[in-house]
Amino acid sequence: MPKWFFRAAIVCGVMFVASPFVIASADYESTMGLVQKIFYYHMPSAWMFLTSGIVCGVASVRFLMTGDPRHDRLAWAAAEMAVVFGVVTLVTGPLWARKSWGTFWIWDARTTSSLVQWMVAWAYLILRRYGGPGSEKLAAGLALFGTANTAFIYVSVNYWRTIHPPTSVVPKLPFTMGFPLWFCVASFALLFVLLLRMRVRLEEQRATLDSLYLSMDDAR
Amino acid sequence: MRLAWLILRKDLTVEVRSGEIAYTTLFFAVACVLIFAFALVREGKPPEDGAAGILWIAVMLAGNLALGRAFERERQAETLRALLLAPAPRPAVYLGKLLGIVVLLAAAEVLLVPLVALLFQARLLAHPIWLTAILAAGTTGFAAVGTLFAAMLVRARSRDVLLPVLLYPITVPVIIAGVRGTAALLQPELEVDIVRFWLALLIAFDAVFVTLSLWTFEAVMTD
Repeated sequence: MPKWFFRAAIVCGVMFVASPFVIASADYESTMGLVQKIFYYHMPSAWMFLTSGIVCGVASVRFLMTGDPRHDRLAWAAAEMAVVFGVVTLVTGPLWARKSWGTFWIWDARTTSSLVQWMVAWAYLILRRYGGPGSEKLAAGLALFGTANTAFIYVSVNYWRTIHPPTSVVPKLPFTMGFPLWFCVASFALLFVLLLRMRVRLEEQRATLDSLYLSMDDAR
Repeated sequence: MRLAWLILRKDLTVEVRSGEIAYTTLFFAVACVLIFAFALVREGKPPEDGAAGILWIAVMLAGNLALGRAFERERQAETLRALLLAPAPRPAVYLGKLLGIVVLLAAAEVLLVPLVALLFQARLLAHPIWLTAILAAGTTGFAAVGTLFAAMLVRARSRDVLLPVLLYPITVPVIIAGVRGTAALLQPELEVDIVRFWLALLIAFDAVFVTLSLWTFEAVMTD
């Protein structure tokens, strides 16, 4: 592991320990009160969830085009990140929705496309786990389709009715709410990079180990 | 194009001779609708707005079954390898297979539509042209993704379970647009704008996913 990794890991740990205090210092939102503070974890994790999806899709396309296993390892790691951050998003979202919309789940464009994207990430991992040899390319195809699909789900559900607040509220936040938000975004982004790096490294070492075994068999 | 036509004819000939996939798929689709009828029709009254959903669920379940079987047969006889070894461009092989599945599902729909209309007292046949357009566009989209995944899974382990696991999340837009579009047709007053929107969405889905499949099929079936 490179040196920066451990330093960054310590910084990330400190930021996550500090985050509840930073969030506690934020102003109360006028209508939702305390519950609104879920937002400081919900939105950063949702952004990382989206980022993982994009990383996985792009890496898969590059893998299909070049056949370079490095892209494949990145795509795999990103799919796992998508599942992890997806859980955080899909658990915090309904908790907040219960208070603000009065119900845990609403089939609107964002919630539905997040849920389906999360299911595609699971399908990707299931395929990698149980697909047997040759499943890399298949999984890359799935990731490509899943990425293309998100737009369609979004449009189709949007046509009904959407009540999820748009992202355009973010730049308008007052400083006392904006600072905790960006602090959390930075913490989650750092966590995302660290986990992704660690996961890619694990796959790299697995690949090295496999090639070592193979060369040992050849030497015999 | 001619090659795709030849592959379609080969699949249809095999199907007409044996009837294995056609009979099992049709029977399965009918059984599905009957199960829905037993589960949902209470005291002779069908659930409101249920018909569109039931029609599409039956089509998608039957489609999954047909896709699995169509490629299982090719695998058992090792004919898929022969097809891929033949001096034919990969996209033509894919198109031929896709057309075969679409024809089969169209046959299933011809049977399913009157059955659902009868059992759920829905006015499915009130706008036959719109209904045909929506069914055709939706079936093509579902089959486009399904054919690619089923072909890719031929060599994978536990392919029977993996096919629906991969296929259903990706085809969510088809079921949303198909069901909403069909439900709009069942309304007493036809709202053309709504139907047209869902049809346009399905056609866009078809265009994107058929193109992507043609490209991906080449990449994943080469090795």
